[in-house]
Amino acid sequence: MTDCVECGAEVSLHDNLEVGEIIDCTTCGAELEVIDVEPPELDKAPELEEDWGE
Amino acid sequence: MKVGLLYSRIRKDEKLLLEELRERDHDVVKIDVRKQRFSIREPPEAFEGVDVVLDRCLATSRSRYATQFCEAYDIPIVNSAETAEICADKVKNSLALEKAGIPTPNTEVAFTKDAAMQIIESFGYPCVLKPVIGSWGRLMAKIDSKSAAEAILEHKATLGHYEHKVFYVQEFVEKPGRDIRVLAVDGDPVGAMVRSSDHWLTNAAKGAETDSFELDEEATSLVEQASDAVGGGLLGVDLMETGVDENGDPEGYTVHEVNHTVEFKALNDATDVDVTGEVVDWLEAQVEAEVTV
Ligand SMILES: [Zn+2]
Repeated sequence: MTDCVECGAEVSLHDNLEVGEIIDCTTCGAELEVIDVEPPELDKAPELEEDWGE
Repeated sequence: MKVGLLYSRIRKDEKLLLEELRERDHDVVKIDVRKQRFSIREPPEAFEGVDVVLDRCLATSRSRYATQFCEAYDIPIVNSAETAEICADKVKNSLALEKAGIPTPNTEVAFTKDAAMQIIESFGYPCVLKPVIGSWGRLMAKIDSKSAAEAILEHKATLGHYEHKVFYVQEFVEKPGRDIRVLAVDGDPVGAMVRSSDHWLTNAAKGAETDSFELDEEATSLVEQASDAVGGGLLGVDLMETGVDENGDPEGYTVHEVNHTVEFKALNDATDVDVTGEVVDWLEAQVEAEVTV
């Protein structure tokens, strides 16, 4: 369990967390990026300002 | 082998790849593209000793440049810079398909609203207006009438980025409510699925329903040709049926585009094929071939 950096609510995390993965906060809907896994640390995911490949 | 996975976001697709690679005891280095500095002289430290770099950058420009740097450093990269260059741009994509004699929807490009309007009027309604760089069906417009055309062109001209001032107009294909996505490695289909939707956009990202699809000979051959036309690699080829006969079999196909940073999780779910496994098999073979050369 760790806290959402946007709203402070607890975010439940699954087991095989991967750095770079994006997690949605179920409380506020913010997109959070996993920046560390041990211990899990989340940050607000940056917006992608240009279009994606596919 | 040592695989560098170049990414900015780890999606389900990248997780599947990472799991598969690690399960096979390959050495995987995750390389966050946002943290890299690409020198024209020497590769970034993160690239040290990698046998292959897998470009999983979402942003088109990152993908286009990173692949060029890798090639300059003599580091094998999937997909190649040539493939990224062609696939990232719908104009280049269409030109490559047409040049190779592959059936593709008629397309015209114009740089001003007036010229675009002339194309639309000559194609008739409906027709389709697409951004030259884009994905997941975003910012694509099916134009049903002259008044809609005028409004959309006006919006694009006023609000758009300069790339939206390249007007890419395509004939509308009366597909039977679905399109076909094929994942291919150097032209060999790994798996195929149909995406069906009541909506004219049948992208999986738009919530279309997916189902596995058996490719016939013609479709298989078109996939191979389309892959060759853009320089090969790990690709997603989008086809549509141009019609179906009374048995429900396709009458023919048209290839819309080829995607180079291909997502495959939907395909993995829709088919019995172990898509991730096949992709990694192919990667291993690529590296093997590189070593023996
Ligand atoms: Zn939150």
